[in-house]
Amino acid sequence: MSFQEKLEKNIWGLVVMVAIVVSIGGIVEIVPLFYLDNTFEKLTKDEDSIRPYAALELEGRDIYIREGCYLCHSQMIRPFRDEKERYGHYSLAVESKYDHPFQWGSKRTGPDLARVGGKYSNEWQIQHLRAPRSLVPESVMPNYAFLANAVVDDALTERKMRALKSVGVPYSEEDFKTASAAVHGKTEMDALVAYLQVLGTMVKFQEGKDYRE
Amino acid sequence: MSENILAGQAYNLKIVKWFSVCAVLYLVVGALVGDFIAWQLAFPSLNIDPHLSFGRLRPLHTNDVIFAFGGCTLMATAYYIVQRTCEVPLWSNKLAWFTFWGWNAIIVGAVVSFPMGWTQGKEYAELEWPLDIAIAVVWLSYMGNFIMTIANRKTSHIYVANWFFLGMMIMITYLHVVNSLAVPVTLTKSYSIFSGVQDAMIQWWWGHNAVGFFLTAGFLGIMYYFIPKQANLPIFSYRLSVLHFWALMFGYVWLGAHHLQYTALPDWAGSLGAAVSIAMIIPSWGGAINGLMTLSGAWNKLRDDYVLRFLIVSLAFYAMSTFEGPVMSIKTVNALSHYTDWTIGHVHSGALGWVAMVSIGAIYHLLTRLWKTRIYSESMVNTHFWIHTIGTVFYICAMWVSGIMQGLMWRATDEYGNLTYTFAESVAAMHPYYVLRSVGGLLVLVGALIMLYNVVMTIRGAGQTKAVAASAQA
Repeated sequence: MSFQEKLEKNIWGLVVMVAIVVSIGGIVEIVPLFYLDNTFEKLTKDEDSIRPYAALELEGRDIYIREGCYLCHSQMIRPFRDEKERYGHYSLAVESKYDHPFQWGSKRTGPDLARVGGKYSNEWQIQHLRAPRSLVPESVMPNYAFLANAVVDDALTERKMRALKSVGVPYSEEDFKTASAAVHGKTEMDALVAYLQVLGTMVKFQEGKDYRE
Repeated sequence: MSENILAGQAYNLKIVKWFSVCAVLYLVVGALVGDFIAWQLAFPSLNIDPHLSFGRLRPLHTNDVIFAFGGCTLMATAYYIVQRTCEVPLWSNKLAWFTFWGWNAIIVGAVVSFPMGWTQGKEYAELEWPLDIAIAVVWLSYMGNFIMTIANRKTSHIYVANWFFLGMMIMITYLHVVNSLAVPVTLTKSYSIFSGVQDAMIQWWWGHNAVGFFLTAGFLGIMYYFIPKQANLPIFSYRLSVLHFWALMFGYVWLGAHHLQYTALPDWAGSLGAAVSIAMIIPSWGGAINGLMTLSGAWNKLRDDYVLRFLIVSLAFYAMSTFEGPVMSIKTVNALSHYTDWTIGHVHSGALGWVAMVSIGAIYHLLTRLWKTRIYSESMVNTHFWIHTIGTVFYICAMWVSGIMQGLMWRATDEYGNLTYTFAESVAAMHPYYVLRSVGGLLVLVGALIMLYNVVMTIRGAGQTKAVAASAQA
């Protein structure tokens, strides 16, 4: 009797074989990412100012996730000439090391936002979120005017930061203490703009250096 | 021969009936929400309310079609096939009804969650942690019941359709549990325990295998049972089934990394994913040929069997998308296609062409068997077939053109090396294709409504026949 035939006659044998066979690919592709040195790029002290999101930025990021922005905007610039021209330096893995969950996205119905921080003024961002077509007539983005009338819930910010600390984001006791005050009275619009303005600004790139070996 | 086949009523067919009817309802809902958000992309003023904006409704659409429509179809067909091919009733009826009410309660939870913006922010795994736990519990009940029914079987061999269902159940358990691991903040907010590059790899390991296992392996189980049944012919090749099965189980798992070509994921992972993706053409086509060639010498059946048409054309779409997918995973093609509508078109040639058509065929088949009646209107099935096929082709073609155009416009430079187009210009250029796509989606929706009507009338007709028979006896 062939091995295949044995499996066809023994459900438990089949369950075990399938459970083993389907696990291999995932293990080979995922597990090494947690320990291989070359998963993350090495930055010098001058280059590296990557830090956890400040309280208001974190609240803004949660709004970004809540509204499903990642469904139309990527945050992952590829190493192509046109992407460099349009969006800036290609994205590094270290830049999203504190992103729980990652927000690289899979679709560009709108432009990439990985380095949108500092590209436009706060006033521009607010007006654009309020009524995108008032600034970009071709845009198909929904209006997010309601964000200006919604106040951030300052009671949750510290808990959010503590939850993130438990999965490895290095927030300090000082961060926890000031969290609530930092977002108190701020609107969701303020928070989202604070998040957008910090995107892609934490690494000072050196001209001509190859960050991917 | 066992008593159970002689006394057919020992099978639990009621659960199959209920899941089948739910599947048709969720097909209508999924197509409705999908078409609405397609119009929103063509006419953004349709974003009338924050709860109904594109970003909140899109997860509702994807989760509804995958888990509500797809899930109910898989549960209906698995419960049916496992009883018929093992010649025993379900191991536990209580557990089966638990999966029915549990799964539907989760769907209701999803319908509330997404408009409220309660999301984990990972595609196709957006539901928050309490619902994730509920999914795991219901899923394990489904799998346990399925395995125990097979363990009780009266037949000596386990039929091939069941292998595919089993593979799907085991892999989805792994994927769902690992990818949904999160640290809760409140009942409606949590953060993934993974971050950045690792989170991306785990998400697409999940994401592509939601396609590879939930939407492929499970539906291949449907194919391996319903095509031979509907055609009344044995499957073309047993050897090919064995090859198809093990190659799919081993290979599909690797493909997720091809979603992350040229990103910050280390190159070795993306390249590995792409290499296996290309190799997957062989088993995928092996499976498609196995299904199609079952009709070898009996192609004339397609002329008047409309249900068989759905099943066979679904395999043509399966073959097409399993060729297109590997092509899109090749780095040079991916550089163009990634982030564009081409991906959306590819997903829908799989979802509308393969998954929906094989499901619709299976449900029409089940309708006559479960309610022991003729279908209310054969010609409506035919109309549904054409309207669905044309809608799907509209959709795919619109997205091919818009996707490739987007990719080319983004990378175009003039003779001085400056970008030729602004991003906004590429958005404006998409408008006619977004309208066309919405029209395609509308056709699919109309087809689904015709199906719903036909299903309701068939069931009502069966009820009346029974009532007449009962009163005649009295």
